[in-house]
Amino acid sequence: MNYFDTDLESLHNQLVSGELTSEELTKQTIEKIKEQNESVQAYLTINDKAIEQAKAIDEAGIDPDSIFSGIPVALKDNLVTKEMKTTAASKMLENFTSIFDATVVEKLKAAGAVFVGKTNMDEFAMGSSTENSAFATTRNPWNLDTVPGGSSGGSAATVSAGQVLASLGSDTGGSIRQPAAFTGVVGMKPTYGRVSRWGLIAFGSSFDQIGPFTRNVKDNAHLLNVIAGHDEHDATSSLKEVPDFAEGIDQGVKGLKIALPKEFLGDGVKPEIKEAIQKAAETYKSLGATVEEVSLPNTKYGVMAYYVLASSEASSNLERFDGIRYGFRAPEVKNLEDLYVKTRSEGFGDEVKRRIMIGTFSLSAGSFDKYFKQAAKVRTKIINDFQKVFKDYDLIMTPTATSTAFKIGEESSDPMEMYLNDALTIPVNLAGLPGMSLPAGFSNGLPIGLQLIGRPFDEKTIYRAGYAFEQNTDFHKQTPAL
Amino acid sequence: MNFETTIGLEVHVELKTNSKIFSPSPVKYGVEANANTNVIDWGYPGTLPTVNKQVIANGITAALALHADISRHPHFDRKNYFYPDNPKGYQVTENDIPAARNGWIEVKTANGTKKIGIEEMHVEEDAGKNTHGKTYSYVDLNRQGTPLIEIVSKAEMSSPQEAYDYLEGLRQRIQFTGISDVKMEEGSMRVDCNISIRPVGSDKLGQKVELKNLNSFNYVRKALAYEEVRQAQVLMSGGTIGAETRRYDELNGKTYLMRVKEGKDDYRYFPEPDLPSLDISEEWINELREALPEMPESRRKRYVEDMGLTEYDAMVLTQTKEMSDFFDKLIELGSDPKMASNYLQGDVNAYLNDKQVDLADTKITPEALATMIKMIMDKTISTKMAKKVFKAITDGKNPKQFVEEKGLVQLSDPAKLQPIIDEVLAANPQSIEDFNNGKDRAIGFLVGQIMKKTQGKANPSVVNKILMESLNK
Amino acid sequence: MTEKVNEATTQHIAGLAKLKLTEEQLPRFTEQLNDMLNMLDELGTVDTEGIEPTYSVTDRINVLREDVADNWGQRDALLANAPETTDGLIRVPTIIDESEDK
Repeated sequence: MNYFDTDLESLHNQLVSGELTSEELTKQTIEKIKEQNESVQAYLTINDKAIEQAKAIDEAGIDPDSIFSGIPVALKDNLVTKEMKTTAASKMLENFTSIFDATVVEKLKAAGAVFVGKTNMDEFAMGSSTENSAFATTRNPWNLDTVPGGSSGGSAATVSAGQVLASLGSDTGGSIRQPAAFTGVVGMKPTYGRVSRWGLIAFGSSFDQIGPFTRNVKDNAHLLNVIAGHDEHDATSSLKEVPDFAEGIDQGVKGLKIALPKEFLGDGVKPEIKEAIQKAAETYKSLGATVEEVSLPNTKYGVMAYYVLASSEASSNLERFDGIRYGFRAPEVKNLEDLYVKTRSEGFGDEVKRRIMIGTFSLSAGSFDKYFKQAAKVRTKIINDFQKVFKDYDLIMTPTATSTAFKIGEESSDPMEMYLNDALTIPVNLAGLPGMSLPAGFSNGLPIGLQLIGRPFDEKTIYRAGYAFEQNTDFHKQTPAL
Repeated sequence: MNFETTIGLEVHVELKTNSKIFSPSPVKYGVEANANTNVIDWGYPGTLPTVNKQVIANGITAALALHADISRHPHFDRKNYFYPDNPKGYQVTENDIPAARNGWIEVKTANGTKKIGIEEMHVEEDAGKNTHGKTYSYVDLNRQGTPLIEIVSKAEMSSPQEAYDYLEGLRQRIQFTGISDVKMEEGSMRVDCNISIRPVGSDKLGQKVELKNLNSFNYVRKALAYEEVRQAQVLMSGGTIGAETRRYDELNGKTYLMRVKEGKDDYRYFPEPDLPSLDISEEWINELREALPEMPESRRKRYVEDMGLTEYDAMVLTQTKEMSDFFDKLIELGSDPKMASNYLQGDVNAYLNDKQVDLADTKITPEALATMIKMIMDKTISTKMAKKVFKAITDGKNPKQFVEEKGLVQLSDPAKLQPIIDEVLAANPQSIEDFNNGKDRAIGFLVGQIMKKTQGKANPSVVNKILMESLNK
Repeated sequence: MTEKVNEATTQHIAGLAKLKLTEEQLPRFTEQLNDMLNMLDELGTVDTEGIEPTYSVTDRINVLREDVADNWGQRDALLANAPETTDGLIRVPTIIDESEDK
């Protein structure tokens, strides 16, 4: 079985009517995952209690008012769980099981979701290909020789392969949207503060957001409905009311003003991608929206500002991995200093070390003003650029990534090239805006993603525009031949 | 060569709140190791801090008590360093914009009153506690996240005694705000010193040395005094003072090199991204200003000028807010100030010292003590009887009831005493004769007889008066 | 392209982060750090005169919790997850240098 020809609402109806049980559904889901995990390698942990849990939900009765009741869902392995290990794809946490559930996990549990497993990712979410995992190389279901993107590569790949209908990822600089683009699924990074970060292993605290991957736009809205909202555990989580993101999703884009920033269609973007985005712009025009070219002049500094700020925060966030209270502790150490150094040198992979080094350098004596503070000021300028555009426009459309999925091993040797990969998604994180990637074309059999960026807390307009695009195109209906 | 000394102090004060600064774990000691810890205190992956409102309020209160300028937009920063008692690898403190700056307190010194400046005041989290064995060290995180304020003085003290006086003045002011117990012996007040010396007249400060492991004000004074001499000896013999941290050894009164400071520590401070910014309102500051208890100086002034107590008495009564509040209550209940002061300094303090407890932890109430003092004032009981009554008060008994039950009421009525005195005089003609012959000790004998007859209840001064009148008739 | 950090600086930075770079890693990391810093040169050319830095994009301000103590009862689970413990304490190799005691 697979989830290619269904959606959340129809599965929910089948479960409510008793046509299907959660136990059967979960059983088949797990079987499929296991069967494909050697090729796709989307999972680091497959939940061996999932079927049992699904059965319990069946017995308690599928909740007709909760669309996720009995539905199998996958979690990125940086969302802490009590019942499964949480490794962040790092040797540092190879055998770590947390003693609390992330808020999003609690919310999904309360909604009746069944967790089928924890998905592979770049170690501590640092990377754009999922090649930086300490444990596995996830493959792109569209072409097993290519990467699924990253860092939420596992969560993207499992939805793309039709193994589950929905999964959660996290996005610091593009880690949901870029893999969604590479694997041809829908991935939303909500507004900073929309979803609680409690239980998300921190990478860049002022950037990180958890968000949903689904096969279609409406399902995505349904999943955000479940995980969004204020949480007293996260002081940065917003008090803004959470609307029903699925309600009114079909209202169309007539009269919507869409901006197309020219900086996002520059030389660094592959021609076939530009073409797909221009076509998408035509589609929107044909549906009654206006699309106009605008400029976001400071976004070209986004990658630089991001690598300074996010790496600095990461260097501090990762200090707690010291081998003392939990996780990996290097064996046979001579003294305390040795314990620290060996644990951290053996526990972290190269990319994580590289970011720690950049961050530590940026914050060190004599560098702070030149790097960290300057980057934070550039961040302000980028935010101002967006604010200016949003005075006149409802939405911004851009490509999600500069290219389609690249070959495994192709870019991992050059960190700089890898960093530039996120140039189109990073500005959204710098400004804390909501952004979504959805399928908008193919090139050489590999999916192309369209990124829609909204005003703060206006995910609803993004969903509405995404849905309209989806209803008038068939990119999302195509499936990888696995 | 003559030297002059410059001292600056960094004082950490633990705030007395219910919960920790960034986690709801209880702030309480004397419990099992790690009993008051949760995933936040352990720096678990995925945990986030939330700020305790009371800690911010207490910081403002302290700043008010220290006459400091309160920051309207303070913010928390991360101070990064690795240590086993520092679970996140960073301490959340205020670096860039501290809670308050530029304060001062007035300190009583041998040369009169001196104003000592306070550079800044930070609100921050305490670390856990390490204990050391031979092969292993052990970490208890109960203390991790306890709210602290760090008060950094200006380098404006010029002698160990002045440093001592500053600490006492600081301790009192903080203690009177009620935000901390400020007890060095319990670790709720901790002191680090910076001391340097320079030739008299030099306009350049000498190399400062940091002193640690100072567990009482006395040790602070002793360590500084030792260090003054040590540094002078080094300089006199042609040596130089190094930038170093030294620890004080309580047993032999010397300081020992702990660590040479190689350059500045690189703590890589940056704004804590997990905590939104603060905007301290004028209203909140005013609210806290109005709630600020009367400070010790003002109370001392009242005691001396309005109540006629000595400076010394006023000083002793304002050692702690509890004692001073207690005294004020006694006066409010009608006690004579001098007598109230004497009882507090005498019997009450002796009792507290004997039992090693705080006034608040005893059964002694102002109401009970005021009742006793009133009974002494109107001569219902003698000061001698009062000893028994005080003991009863410490047991939580009602003094009036106790006096009645035990029949301790003093016999002061001359009409009742006269017949008894007459009786005693009639039975002791020899004593009367002795008195008439100038032998004064006969009086003592007669008073003794009267006391015996009244089972000690006779009011001695009334007895004396009537006896003399009778003898001189 | 200028060399902004040498191997000694790289070592120093690694030391601050409690990382030890192997002989193979040291030159590679130094080179990569230089590449990165050279790219970041452009950041310094942005005119940020009069621009305030943005350190957070949360829409919240004054987020304060009431001072109510709540013990989550996690002691045993936390200790069970620790690599080494003794009598309810976390065990580490002995700390010889007390100099950094805060």
